[in-house]
Amino acid sequence: MKRLFVPLVVVTGVLFAIVPFLIANAPYESTMGLIQKIFYFHVPSWMAMYTGIGVCGVASGIYLFRNNRRADGYAVAGAEVAVLFGLMGLVSGPLWGRKAWGVWWQWDVRLTTALLLELIFIAYIMVRKYGGPGSEKLAAATALFGTATAPFVYKSVDIWRTVHPKTSVVPELLAGSMPGAALPFGLSALAFVLLAILFITVRTGLAHRQAALDDLYLELED
Amino acid sequence: MFLRTAWLVLRKDFAIEARSWEVLTTTLFFAASCVLVFAFAFVKEGRAVEDAASGILWIAVAFSGTLALGRTFERERYSETLRALLLAPAPRPALYIGKLLGMLAILGVAEALLVPMVAFMFQATLFARPLLLLGLLAGGTIGFAAVGTLFAAMLVRARSRDVLLPILLYPITIPVIIAGVRGTAALLESPPDEPIALMWIGILAAFDVVFVTLALWTFEPLMTE
Repeated sequence: MKRLFVPLVVVTGVLFAIVPFLIANAPYESTMGLIQKIFYFHVPSWMAMYTGIGVCGVASGIYLFRNNRRADGYAVAGAEVAVLFGLMGLVSGPLWGRKAWGVWWQWDVRLTTALLLELIFIAYIMVRKYGGPGSEKLAAATALFGTATAPFVYKSVDIWRTVHPKTSVVPELLAGSMPGAALPFGLSALAFVLLAILFITVRTGLAHRQAALDDLYLELED
Repeated sequence: MFLRTAWLVLRKDFAIEARSWEVLTTTLFFAASCVLVFAFAFVKEGRAVEDAASGILWIAVAFSGTLALGRTFERERYSETLRALLLAPAPRPALYIGKLLGMLAILGVAEALLVPMVAFMFQATLFARPLLLLGLLAGGTIGFAAVGTLFAAMLVRARSRDVLLPILLYPITIPVIIAGVRGTAALLESPPDEPIALMWIGILAAFDVVFVTLALWTFEPLMTE
């Protein structure tokens, strides 16, 4: 990861530089017009959040069952990135909804459960912060339950009839349901996911250093 | 061995509870006062808002359940009895099952009080389909208690556990509460909407399977220091 880090930063930087132009030049959607362009931020934010959740869930499992403290560093990073991008999705969603549905917030299944998912990972951070010694394991269990809820949130739009579009929108778009939208969307999604991975890498490094520092303090006291 | 351990843990909890009735009486009282508090919010000109009954029922269950969870494990913290339990040469998941059964018993009693109370005070036809209602209550309670028992047990060692229990418990169990509320609301329609209620029972069952499996799987590493 260390050798890949600088090239990744460069690729992500280039992507973030060109994607805005691609989005600006993408065709207008026939019924929603300009407001549909939030799509290029909204869906990639959730993809980045799920990247964070995936990392957090797997790392929490490894930490809990193998007692691997390095994995715990990845778990914190994943959770914080998940909360950050989740917040972005929760802000961009209502902005879009206000124009498309006429209201900021609809209590439909997808919106409610997405908010819940965000709350679960905020709870994860709070437990670590205020739970005192030993709270890392507690937080890891929270993360496992949160990760178990995540697929349910993703599939909720296909199970229930909701105002929120179904999951099939993204594959259809990439297959060319809206000419000229596949490339800007694909690159935007790639940029967001890469950014999430970079954030996780940096944050994990910090967490490992904090852990090393804690160990040194403990040694000094003994 | 497994079932025997679970049974012994359950019997131990019953024996302690039978001395003072502390958890049960406080939980029941709190559940009843919850219903009253919500009645203030959802009654207009002497009539309850439509659909309020199922929400009030489930929120009262969730709130009083949290209280009971906190109290039951606070008891285990005095004189470190939880540690003694964990030191016993018994399978850890069995301890969890024993504790979970105790919780389910308390919540079952609370529901036995709450359901008639809500039906009576909000003119809700909760008893129109008793079997479906039982299915919803059982599914919802198991899901809520499965997560609650795990987290309450873990929080015994944590700082500020009173605050952290609801913070962890509600986001994770709200899907279960939603399923319970929607399912019960379907039963309250006239005539009761059986297919919808059955669908929610199915969703509750799916959640129960996931939550109980995850809890059994993580209880051992979580309770190891």
